[in-house]
Amino acid sequence: MQSLLRFLGSTVGAKFLMALTGVLLALFVVGHLSGNFLLYKGQDAMNDYAEMLQGLGPALWIVRLGLLAVFATHIYYGIRLKRRNAAARPVNYAHEDTIQASFASRSMILTGLVVLAFVAMHLAHFTLGWLDAEAYDLKQTVQRDGQPFERHDVFGMVVAGFHNDVFVILYAFAMVVLGLHLSHGLHSLFQTLGFRHPAYTPWIERIGRGLAWVLAVGFLSIPLAVRFGFIAAAGGGDAG
Amino acid sequence: MSQGNMRLKLHIWRQKGASAPGAMKTYEVTANEHMSFLEMLDVLNQELIEKGEEPVAFDHDCREGICGSCNMVINGHPHGPQRGTTACQLHMRTFKDGDEIFVEPWRARAFPIIKDLVVDRTAFDRIIASGGYVSVNSGSAPDANEILIGRDDAEEAFEYAACIGCGACVAACKNASAMLFTAAKFAHLEKLPQGQVESDRRAVEMVMQHDAEGFGACTNQYECEAACPKEISVTSIAMLNRAYRRAALSSKS
Amino acid sequence: MTNLDAKIPSGPLEKKWDSRRFELKLVNPANKRKYRVLVVGTGLAGGSAAATLAELGYNVEAFCFQDSPRRAHSIAAQGGINAAKNYQGDGDSVQRLFYDTIKGGDFRSREANVYRLAQVSVNIIDQCVAQGVPFAREYGGTLANRSFGGAQVSRTFYARGQTGQQLLIGCYQALERQVQAGKVKMHTRHEMLDVVLVDGHAKGIVTRDLKTGKIQRHFGDAVILATGGYGNVFYLSTNAKNCNVTAAYRAHRRGALFANPCYTQIHPTCIPVSGDYQSKLTLMSESLRNDGRIWVPKKHGDDRKPGQIPEGERDYYLERKYPSFGNLAPRDIASRAAKEACDDGRGVGPGGLGVYLDFADAIQRLGEDAVRSRYGNLFHMYAKITGDDPYKTPMRIYPAVHYTMGGLWVDYHLQSTIPGLFVLGEANFSDHGANRLGASALMQGLADGYFVIPYTLGNYLADQRPGLADEQHAAFAEVENEVRARLQRLMDVNGSRTVDSFHRELGKLIWDKCGMARDKQGLEEALRRIPELREEFWGNVRVPGDTGDFNQELEKAGRVADFMEFGEMMCLDALTRDESCGGHFRTEHQTDDGEAMRNDDDFAHVAAWERKSDGSGWTEHREQLEFENVKLSVRSYK
Repeated sequence: MQSLLRFLGSTVGAKFLMALTGVLLALFVVGHLSGNFLLYKGQDAMNDYAEMLQGLGPALWIVRLGLLAVFATHIYYGIRLKRRNAAARPVNYAHEDTIQASFASRSMILTGLVVLAFVAMHLAHFTLGWLDAEAYDLKQTVQRDGQPFERHDVFGMVVAGFHNDVFVILYAFAMVVLGLHLSHGLHSLFQTLGFRHPAYTPWIERIGRGLAWVLAVGFLSIPLAVRFGFIAAAGGGDAG
Repeated sequence: MSQGNMRLKLHIWRQKGASAPGAMKTYEVTANEHMSFLEMLDVLNQELIEKGEEPVAFDHDCREGICGSCNMVINGHPHGPQRGTTACQLHMRTFKDGDEIFVEPWRARAFPIIKDLVVDRTAFDRIIASGGYVSVNSGSAPDANEILIGRDDAEEAFEYAACIGCGACVAACKNASAMLFTAAKFAHLEKLPQGQVESDRRAVEMVMQHDAEGFGACTNQYECEAACPKEISVTSIAMLNRAYRRAALSSKS
Repeated sequence: MTNLDAKIPSGPLEKKWDSRRFELKLVNPANKRKYRVLVVGTGLAGGSAAATLAELGYNVEAFCFQDSPRRAHSIAAQGGINAAKNYQGDGDSVQRLFYDTIKGGDFRSREANVYRLAQVSVNIIDQCVAQGVPFAREYGGTLANRSFGGAQVSRTFYARGQTGQQLLIGCYQALERQVQAGKVKMHTRHEMLDVVLVDGHAKGIVTRDLKTGKIQRHFGDAVILATGGYGNVFYLSTNAKNCNVTAAYRAHRRGALFANPCYTQIHPTCIPVSGDYQSKLTLMSESLRNDGRIWVPKKHGDDRKPGQIPEGERDYYLERKYPSFGNLAPRDIASRAAKEACDDGRGVGPGGLGVYLDFADAIQRLGEDAVRSRYGNLFHMYAKITGDDPYKTPMRIYPAVHYTMGGLWVDYHLQSTIPGLFVLGEANFSDHGANRLGASALMQGLADGYFVIPYTLGNYLADQRPGLADEQHAAFAEVENEVRARLQRLMDVNGSRTVDSFHRELGKLIWDKCGMARDKQGLEEALRRIPELREEFWGNVRVPGDTGDFNQELEKAGRVADFMEFGEMMCLDALTRDESCGGHFRTEHQTDDGEAMRNDDDFAHVAAWERKSDGSGWTEHREQLEFENVKLSVRSYK
């Protein structure tokens, strides 16, 4: 136990934890995006999926709490490391320059905090419905066992939500920032976990960066698709 | 202006002592393209002394790129703009007439300034003392050829062992992390069978000492590798990360 | 007259060290921790001594003026380290290494010391490998060797062109291990400014903390100096800028005899001087001569580019004059041959002070990649300094001061004429005679530190009561006052010339008069001019700043002041040794074809100089060299 605490207290241990939680968060991001893509399939597919998730009950809460813990750990250690790193270089150079550090790698704390702010906004927007109560309260009526059944209309909420240009811009900005964050994080974590190889590492870096931007563009496509009418409420019926 | 001469404007960090305040000060000097950077500073210092001013203090010794004494950040780059080159081997032909050059000390909490460009790097010695050695007493060694080491392993160990302990990695890192230094020493011994015996203890002790000295954490930006005058690879850091995790988590206490 | 008893054991050569080790008194393990040993200098000799003595249980205090022991100038040694391992099966043996070293030193070293050196050479390699020194290897995993000047076998172990660095790091790690164990207290950025004698024995030193300027006293039951050579008396040398003679010279002023100061080694392959701002010279490893061919144009004043000079118009003078050793002739011989060619007006490059070192043949024979893998880092360094690409155009090289064979006189136990003061490595005079062979300096430094001093020091300490005195002893106060007064005197001159300008002038004078070739007239002139220059120094030097502060000019001033006295002694020795031998070439004594001519009847001795107590000059003492196992012969590499 003592050795575990010592491990986590060290810079290398903290970095290890950052990488590990980073992997989990990246997996979540991938899952989230694949769910999002159901929007392209249509209202029923999206809402079925949402209903299925809601139906998980306690399991959903376990996943949510786990995710929260992972998030919190990532953030806590991220900030802790940042403070430590800032303290390690109390005076900066009058003439600063870099050689090969990427912009993404130099701005992880900044991009991380922007993503955090975005997540808070996103939760308030679509999970808690604080920002756009009208859209949040939309319902879809489906036939179930021959009876009409009202369920949460996630599809409608998203479509309605992204008819607001402010949100489109905020989401688009946040996704670019997320892309930056991941474009360093996704390959850097291999180094932190101790995997580096002259033949494979260049590919890991390429794939990591590529994947980061695929994810960002994937997310970004949704508000844009809605805004430009590629995703629209079917039949314009009760979603309007 | 005669052949190969150049007029330069230098901005140099001047600080009288550890606790005195410091500031950038501007000087003009005429240099020749065949001079090393340090010889250019020698010229400046001779002029300063003749004018009754205090010369710029800077560490230097072998002036052939191997002792690791010289340490100055030149235009934002530790040891200056040329890759794989220490300040003492940087020649003025890299610059041109009329250039402005910023000369600053290594900046890190773990390397407190002693005077001007001179910093205290004894933290590095303490990292080595914490475990960067093979515990073998004089006279107790077996015949040298009893330990067979493949040529590639020996060569790789050498690549890491080439570290001159100058601290450019720390100076280049925005986190003032000394991971490349620590990992280079670790990797040198890790690649050799002699070093394997104490590998776990070494990984743990060296990382703990690195942290205790107040260096920052590695955030995989690899500026260290680019600034390293011996061009040591950050592969060493991955090696240390792996070994440290293995050692720290399997430790019995 | 000081009695120069070298304490050489009796008996057959190969048994001397064994029998002496048996005779030496021991300090029992429980008592070792009662003794404190001061080690000044932490290069290969000092670092290995400090680590080993601490391993044995002594309390060691180690001092270096650098910011870390890892920076001592041993680190710059490039080519390799010799050892009589005979791993190549090419006919090497302890006897052969012994003979090569004696012959290489032009029969001016002690048989017993050199034989011991050859014996322990094999242990050094074992020790270094165990520490993790990454020597070059064959594909099968065994150690690789290369050949070096002055030998016809491959006995040199190497780690690319950075052997000294790797050995020093091994030694530094061993030292830091003892720091961690609490057995060594390391004082970095401390310069020894004097040695303290209590009842005639060395019992301490006075240092200046270079960071704060504080003068400190340190008591030790014995004092070990491993402070390197005095090559910087020439100002321009391949030594690190801060190398100096101060510790050794201060000990000399306290009574330690200084042996053979005129023996200096001029290394044949260095990068030529490019201008008067030049601060130091850079060596290109002797190993380059394995594959590089040295030549000058046959025609005088031929200023064509090297590539335009046809084969028939080139003079590969080493191959011509020394067909059996060719480009691998020993250093003194190769240097002198280069000087001869340049004096003859056939030198190349600015000022005609250079010769070509050409790899075109090697590149053609082995391919550029093979050459790169052998010498890549050296080529890289050359290109960085000169801006020329040695793969395409031959290197230009010229001899430069590199090593000093002379040093404080020590007996077989490495003890100086001051009891309790031991001297190791380049700082002593012991093993290289009048010329050192390549790859032997590292060997000697580590032999002294790892394998000799641990035995001989115990013999001295066994008769000493531990803690005989302490820092409060009157002798410490007296020396401290002298040190302070001297520093103050330097500050008080407040003249108009910089320390460097004096150092340059002294260096040029000594290079001209006591460099690669010396003669009576020039040496007498130097002996006239050095005191004048010294007088001007003490009347007109300017040292800015103050003593109680980090002050690099003050550090330099103290060192140059000592060089000003030392240089005179060196020229006096060169004048007195009226023969040519090894690195000491008196133009009056040469054969018809320009080879050094020894005079074994009158000069087969060590000249050990004692400074007169009133400072008016020196008295010479002689230790006759007895050769029972080798026949003194004309050193021929033809």
